Amino acid sequence: MGLEMDQRNMVAWRAAKEVAPGMAVNLGIGIPELVADFIPHEWQVMFHSVNGILGVGPTPLKGEEDQHISNAGGAPVTVVPGASYFDSTIAYGMIRRKKLDAAFIGALQVNRRGDLANWIVPGSRVHGIGGGAELAYYAKKVIVLMSHVNQAGEPKIRRECTLPLTAKGCVDLIITERAVIEVTQRGLLLTEVMYPYTLENVITHTGAPLMISENLQMVE
Amino acid sequence: MLSKLVTHEQAVEHVLDGTRLMYGGFGTIGSPANLIDAILHKGVQSLTLIGIDAGYPKVGIGKLISHGRVRQLITTHIGSNPEAGQQMMEGKLEVTFCPQGIFAEKIRAGGVGIPGIVVDAHVSGERMEGAEPFAFDGRTCRIEAALSAEVGIVYAKQADTYGNLIYDKAARNLNPLVAMAADITIAEVEEIVPAGELDPDKIVTPGIFVDYIVVRGGGNS
Repeated sequence: MGLEMDQRNMVAWRAAKEVAPGMAVNLGIGIPELVADFIPHEWQVMFHSVNGILGVGPTPLKGEEDQHISNAGGAPVTVVPGASYFDSTIAYGMIRRKKLDAAFIGALQVNRRGDLANWIVPGSRVHGIGGGAELAYYAKKVIVLMSHVNQAGEPKIRRECTLPLTAKGCVDLIITERAVIEVTQRGLLLTEVMYPYTLENVITHTGAPLMISENLQMVE
Repeated sequence: MLSKLVTHEQAVEHVLDGTRLMYGGFGTIGSPANLIDAILHKGVQSLTLIGIDAGYPKVGIGKLISHGRVRQLITTHIGSNPEAGQQMMEGKLEVTFCPQGIFAEKIRAGGVGIPGIVVDAHVSGERMEGAEPFAFDGRTCRIEAALSAEVGIVYAKQADTYGNLIYDKAARNLNPLVAMAADITIAEVEEIVPAGELDPDKIVTPGIFVDYIVVRGGGNS
C-alpha cells in the first residue's frame, strides 16, 4: 500500500500491543500478516485462518512445508501446540459466535463512524467479498491497519467513504504509520502520533474531524 | 467385497453439458485435481460451478473456466483468477457472489436437507435480490436458499471401499460439506483401504454420501 517495509513493521509492532495472552485473533492480508512476528510465542495467542485452522504458527523452513497446511492466502504455514483443523462452516461459526477477540484487517477507506471499505479497488474488477464482511461485523474488536494516505496522497480516513462498503460501523481502532485513532460514539479520537510525524501533519492528512485525546502521546 | 472404486473416466460419467457441479478446496488446497482434469478431458460445456473460489487460471478448478467450459459460477471471490474476471466482464461467465461463511452454511444446509438458512440481513457483499429482510429473534434477518448440486467432487486423504472419508489438515475446508450436498458425490483420495480398516470414530464423511472413489494418480482419465 505504498509504505516502506520499516513503516509496515512499525504499524504491525504497534498493532501487537492490542493483543493479550490467550486471545484468538484473525490476521487479514497485507500489513496484518506481519503482526504475528511481534507477539511472543509464550503468550499462546491462537491465530485463526478462515480456511480452517485455529493455531496458525510461523512460516515453515524451506523444504519443510506441508502442502496441506496453508493460510487463507495459500501461503505455507505451520501450526502451534493446541491447534485444530475444521471445515468452513466451523471456521465461520467461530467468527459469528464472537469467539474471535480481534480481527486485524487492511482497508482502502474508513469513515468517522467506523464504516469500512476494503473490497473493491478503484478501477479494477469486482473480485467478490470473500469473508471480509463477516470478520468485520462479528469479531469482538476490529482493528484496521493501513497507510494513512493512498498512493495519490489522499486521506484514507474520511468524513464519508466513497468506495463500496464492506461493513458499516464495525471499526474500533485505526493504526497507521502516522497515528492511532479510536472510533468512538462521538467520532474519531486521536490518541497517538508516530514519530517523525507531527500533530499538524496528521490533522492535515486526515479527511474527517479529529478529537484530540487529553492523553495524546507522541510515540518516538 | 463391494467397492465404489472406479476409473477417473467412469467417475465423471455423470458430468454432462450443463451439469451443476460443486467442488471442495480452498485455493488449491484440498482441490480434487485429477477429477478436474478428467472433466476437462471429457470436454463438457456450459457447466454451473459452485465453490468457494475460482482457483487459478492454470491450476485447480480455474482450468475449467480458462478453457471456456463454465457458463455460471456461484462463489465467494475470484481474486486469484483474473481469467474469471475477464470472462465476467465480457458477459461469458455469469458470477454470483456470496459472503464466505454464509456460502459454506448454504452448502451445509443443502447437505442436510434444509431448504434455506436465516442470516443477519446486513451481512452481504452486494444487494441480495428477492431477499426481503424481516425481524426474527430480535435481529433483522433474511433467508438464503440452500445450495446443492447434481455432482460433487471432493478430495480426501483416505477412503474405505464403502466411501467413508478422512481428510487431511487444512485440505478439509469445504470438502465434507460438498460431499453431502450433491446427488452424486465423487471422492478423489490418496489411499483406499478395505471397509473396516478405518476407525469409525475418525471418519468425517460417512460413506453413505459417497458414490464413487478414484485414487489420485491412479487410473487414466
